[in-house]
Amino acid sequence: MSVELDVFVGNTTIMDKEVYQLWLNGYTVNDAVKVRIEGGVMEECEASAEVLLSDTMDQYRTFQMCERLLHHPAKLANQLLFQIPPDRQAMLIERYYAFDDLFVREVLGKKLSKGTKKDLDDVSTKTGITLKSCRRQFDNFKRVFKVVEELKGPLVENIRQHFLLPDQLARDYAAIVFFANNRFETGKKKLQYLTFQDFAFCAGQLINNWTLGAVDNMMEDMDVDLDKEFLQDLKDLKILITDKDLLDQHKSLVCTALRGKTNVYNEMEANFKNLSRGLVNIAAKLINAKDVRDFFIDLVEKFIEPCRSDKWTSIDMNLYLTHYTNSAHILDTFKHHAVWTRYMGVIKSCILRLYHD
Amino acid sequence: MPGKLKAKIVAGRHLPVMDRASDLTDAFVEVKFGNTTFKTDVYPKSLNPQWNSEWFKFEVDDEDLQDEPLQITVLDHDTYSANDAIGKVYIDIDPLLCSEAATVISGWLPIYDTIHGIRGEINVLVKVDLFNDLNRFRQSSCGVKFFCTTSIPRCYRAIMVHGFVEELVVNEDPEYQWIDRIRTPRASNEARQRLIFLMSGELQRKIGLKVLEMGGNAVVGYLQCFDLEGESGLVVRAIGTACTLEKISTFPATATHPSNSSPSKDMKEPVFGEEAPGVPLSSGPPTPLRAQTFSSFSPSKSYSRQSSSSDTELSLTPKTGMGSGGSAGKDAGPLKALLKQQTQSALEQREYPFFTLTVFPPGFLLHVGGVVSARSVKLLDRIHNPALGNTRSYKLLDWNSFTADEPETRDAWWEEIRQEIKSHAKSLGCHAVVGYSESTSICEEVCILSASGTAAILSSRFMQDGPLDTELRLSQQPLCVFSTGSERVEGDMGSSASLGFEEVVSPGCGFCHIPYDELNIPFPAQLTYCYCCRRYKVPDVLFTTIDLPTEASVTGKGCLIQARLCRTKKKAQGEVNATAISNLLPFLEYELHTQLMNKLKLRGMNALFGLRIQISVGETMLLGLASATGVYLTALPSPGGIQIVGKTPSDITYEQHISNMQKKINDTITKNKELYEINPPEVVEEIIGSPIPEPRQRSRLFRSHSESSDDVSEIDLSHGKKDAFVLEIDDTDAVEDIHALLTDSPTPAGFYSCNTEIMPGIQNWTSAIQMFTSVRVFRLNANLTNQGLNKIFSDLCENLLKSLYFKLRSMVPCCLCHLNFTVAIPEDELIQVAVTAVALSFDKEQTLENGKQSGEKTPIKAITENDEQLQFNLELNAETSSSSISPKGLSEVGSHPSARAPSVDYSSFADRCSSWIEQLKLKAHTIRRGSVKTTSSMEKASPLPEGRSRSLRSNRSYSGSSVAVVKMTPLSFIPGAKIIKYLGIINMFFIRETSSLREEGGVSGFLHTFIAEVFAMVRAHVAALGGNAVVSYSMKECVFMENPNKNQAQCLINVSGDAVIFVRESELELTSVQPQSATTQTSNGGEGT
Repeated sequence: MSVELDVFVGNTTIMDKEVYQLWLNGYTVNDAVKVRIEGGVMEECEASAEVLLSDTMDQYRTFQMCERLLHHPAKLANQLLFQIPPDRQAMLIERYYAFDDLFVREVLGKKLSKGTKKDLDDVSTKTGITLKSCRRQFDNFKRVFKVVEELKGPLVENIRQHFLLPDQLARDYAAIVFFANNRFETGKKKLQYLTFQDFAFCAGQLINNWTLGAVDNMMEDMDVDLDKEFLQDLKDLKILITDKDLLDQHKSLVCTALRGKTNVYNEMEANFKNLSRGLVNIAAKLINAKDVRDFFIDLVEKFIEPCRSDKWTSIDMNLYLTHYTNSAHILDTFKHHAVWTRYMGVIKSCILRLYHD
Repeated sequence: MPGKLKAKIVAGRHLPVMDRASDLTDAFVEVKFGNTTFKTDVYPKSLNPQWNSEWFKFEVDDEDLQDEPLQITVLDHDTYSANDAIGKVYIDIDPLLCSEAATVISGWLPIYDTIHGIRGEINVLVKVDLFNDLNRFRQSSCGVKFFCTTSIPRCYRAIMVHGFVEELVVNEDPEYQWIDRIRTPRASNEARQRLIFLMSGELQRKIGLKVLEMGGNAVVGYLQCFDLEGESGLVVRAIGTACTLEKISTFPATATHPSNSSPSKDMKEPVFGEEAPGVPLSSGPPTPLRAQTFSSFSPSKSYSRQSSSSDTELSLTPKTGMGSGGSAGKDAGPLKALLKQQTQSALEQREYPFFTLTVFPPGFLLHVGGVVSARSVKLLDRIHNPALGNTRSYKLLDWNSFTADEPETRDAWWEEIRQEIKSHAKSLGCHAVVGYSESTSICEEVCILSASGTAAILSSRFMQDGPLDTELRLSQQPLCVFSTGSERVEGDMGSSASLGFEEVVSPGCGFCHIPYDELNIPFPAQLTYCYCCRRYKVPDVLFTTIDLPTEASVTGKGCLIQARLCRTKKKAQGEVNATAISNLLPFLEYELHTQLMNKLKLRGMNALFGLRIQISVGETMLLGLASATGVYLTALPSPGGIQIVGKTPSDITYEQHISNMQKKINDTITKNKELYEINPPEVVEEIIGSPIPEPRQRSRLFRSHSESSDDVSEIDLSHGKKDAFVLEIDDTDAVEDIHALLTDSPTPAGFYSCNTEIMPGIQNWTSAIQMFTSVRVFRLNANLTNQGLNKIFSDLCENLLKSLYFKLRSMVPCCLCHLNFTVAIPEDELIQVAVTAVALSFDKEQTLENGKQSGEKTPIKAITENDEQLQFNLELNAETSSSSISPKGLSEVGSHPSARAPSVDYSSFADRCSSWIEQLKLKAHTIRRGSVKTTSSMEKASPLPEGRSRSLRSNRSYSGSSVAVVKMTPLSFIPGAKIIKYLGIINMFFIRETSSLREEGGVSGFLHTFIAEVFAMVRAHVAALGGNAVVSYSMKECVFMENPNKNQAQCLINVSGDAVIFVRESELELTSVQPQSATTQTSNGGEGT
């Protein structure tokens, strides 16, 4: 004796948020039922485990049928098969494209290829996120990437329009796409302490300031790639460390400004040349794609770690970077003010974000 | 050339990829009507082609317009091989043929393929130019409106109700044609779909012709069904009620002045004209939902026999009136008889005085006798035998030659059944059957035909011959009254009053009053005086197939009551099988009836509405499912409890067991009474209810009644016995029954359920509605006993309900309305249950208030009503009675407080039993029950519009979607909204087949998708007609077959409903111009695209 077929179809498609989340999380029907039972729905609604099972299966089926549409969220609004109120549609899309920070840290900056996808079971074991959920998230990244890769115009806006995502989520996806495209290394041990939001913030900075789209002509250019010309120009900054006079002058200007204002003055003074060399060298190397990948490692190794070992506070950091940036403009022989500003603006906000006390 | 059909193909979207190489499609479209086909250009390499074709014009007969669907096929062009079909769209253009319905079909329609389901959408424009030729002899019936709704559609008023129309057409089922062996499943499915489209078109046209013949212009309660008889063919049959409808032109304002807007009604002042203004109309303020539609029927001031051109009618049909006049003096109750005859004569001309309506204009339904039903078992393979000996050979014949006589076989079958129904109604003293429906269940070559309805007495007001009778009646009236005075036959006062004023006086309880002769009751029943008016007899319990009349006064709330039964039978063939089934049927019905009765009593209720008994036949079992909505009618006596009696009394433990059970039952009854808020005005009931009234009570009782009629006291005594249902415990069936009784789990908090349109006691619906369909198939183990089967079947239904409650928990507080269960036995050991219903949520706070209100007010109102009636009678019969049926007497009785001793009688079960079986033997499966009617709770809805519109607004946020929202509901209305236009009937038939069942998610995945697709197609077609809702939606057929071993499944679904445009009441208030602009908008929108 068994239920052979069990179907419920509403004119307005009924979707339970809780079950949807369980489905997204990759739970099997039976696990989902267990979770729901523990959640106490049964007592609330005088239901039995059987009823829960039937409901869960039914919902899962609905979600599976909807999934095809969720891959192209714009279709969800003008498809005829399911009658879903707009607010529900928005919820479905938002949750479908939501991702786990733990997961995204694992694949951030990796090529969104089949190879990476094959490694997802390792990611799953490591993060405790079900493989099914990992795959969904990965496929989402890849899908968004593929669609916006070739599109012109502002990245965030493109994502928002094509996938009908809320602003914040669209920004996150922009970061993921940007990282994947430039293959920034984020997995090294030294970077483990950083959260996805740290990187997303930096990505935002880079997109807004260092890409082609960041300069004038927003419409025609792309946000995904860094501005090659700018990277070329960055090489000119080398003068700040190669020219001995400039370096000394820069140091003394910064030291004068900071004297008495910071507790780590001595360490700062002692390390100035190393730190400055670190930052300028990063700038100079960015023209090589390979070095772009190491951008964050370099930042951490060359700047953040030394400062941290000297126990700088964020305030110290902020103070130092402000004066470091500004003093360069006072240098007589330094001509590359625009590039310097464009470079240091991003570097400063990134470092401040990446520097955890 | 009476018509020109024009179609334009605009664009496609979301097409499937047909060319793997390019991931694109080269689509073009074929537009076919009849034998003419047009093609669009190929739109290369696109999944969203823009054809923007010219207008394809078809010049056709209107007969074809009615029969044929417009067939649109989307194909992928292939240079080298044959073009691949992407899918099809069938468009029923019938709605365009009626001037009052839709004017254009325009919108995105899903492209459907029977193997792949929906594959993209196509945007089309369809119009029809009809040339008028109304006067010539026609084969077509363009312009006759069809409604699935089983009441007079809102925004129309009934001028006349002509009566029953039926038709059936038979054809060979393409699935069983020899060619099916060599063609693809797709081709076969499409042939079938197309054929059924054609057949239902033809059927509709033929019914339309009948309606025109009768002088009507519409069919209401149109019910079309398919019988898939397999080898022996495909039957499409339909029944309906022919009416003459008139559109209520403008909104609320005019509706309240019927005489203004219906000049055709000749106001005839009757003999008692002067009294008319003084006659209080007790129908009260109708519910807001129904107000506009119905108020036009109930002349607010006078009972004047308004009728269309009564004089002409008289001259046209002189014969009927005389007969009734002559036989007026018939023995026992001459007046009653006369009353009956008046309308009877109107109905006698009709072959079948049947009405598929379940809701009636006020004043139309006078009395309800009870449920009548008839079943017969037929062998399908017999059909051909007389005509052509060999089935195989006939297939090779041109089937047109023999289809001619085939419908006659079926016609004869149905005729038999209808005759039986008619005679059952007669034996209940009724001349009409309302809430009438027909159904079949087929298993292999055995077919059970069933028909059921509610025997009733109708007013002649809406009937063709009405005016004639009225004239007659009026002239006879004085005579009748006179005779009453002298003869004083029992209850005659009542009759005389009812004769003249029935329609005016007592909408509140009149329909409960027995229509049959109480000295000659066709079944054992306990009659008492009506608890509302105290003048007429009412039965103890009333079963009906109709909806609860709006004006009925109900105590508390109602609930869904189901009786479920499974009976095994031996596998057999042919005649033996048919005999075995027909032998089982009476017992099945009897047990279902007992179960219903027990469950009704367990809930402390006394009437069932919307009763639907479905019997399904399989190879090794019979399934019976009876669903109805139980209510407590204020006019009927309070039901007795259930008494359990042991037959072997000596054993103490046994007695304890019994008393335990008894206690459980009593507790449940008490609990249920609380749950459904059944607190009848106890005192009134007490007096008649207790077996031996205390002397004091008795004397009072006598006083209040004796003056009016001498024999009342006697009758009161004889019927004073309380009707407690006795279950004898060592009867195994009884044990089973008790078990079934107590295992029915109550609905969870916040939920109510009913299978009727509305739930008594709840009015303040919000606009949140959710229609749904749920299907379950259950596999049984072999070798189950009857008990085991019963339990499984019952659990299956219970669990299904529980699942529904759980699913819809977010809508609490809510009521599942129009819960329509259909059971089938698709295969041996499989039980299929399908449910379609709508969940309506309501406002809790107000309910409570309301409940209180109605609880408090009902008794008072009832008394006032009596008051009115009594006084009225007084005036009328001044010479006869010495008056003094004063309201005072009544209220005195009413206020007499006395604790109600749980009086239980060891009475009638056995009696009933034996007489029941007797009846069954007669093959007259007449489930009967009394009747009720009162004014009350329904009408109290009126002070609520504020709350309703508030909740509407809160729900409004919904709109901005790019696909228009289309509501679907099995009800005939949309809460909080007003239907402003009916766009035509939706009647669609789909087949879906798969040979990759696993890949599509197994049987559940397959069916889930298919049902969702059907919904989507219904919505799209409604939207294309310019509508925003389907009302009276029903899924009439869901035939599911699977073969998991072959990874195959097939499903057929037939749905129907009425496409409408509705406007929220809140919006209506703002702008009354809105509706017009809405309609023009839609048609404009059509042109624009």
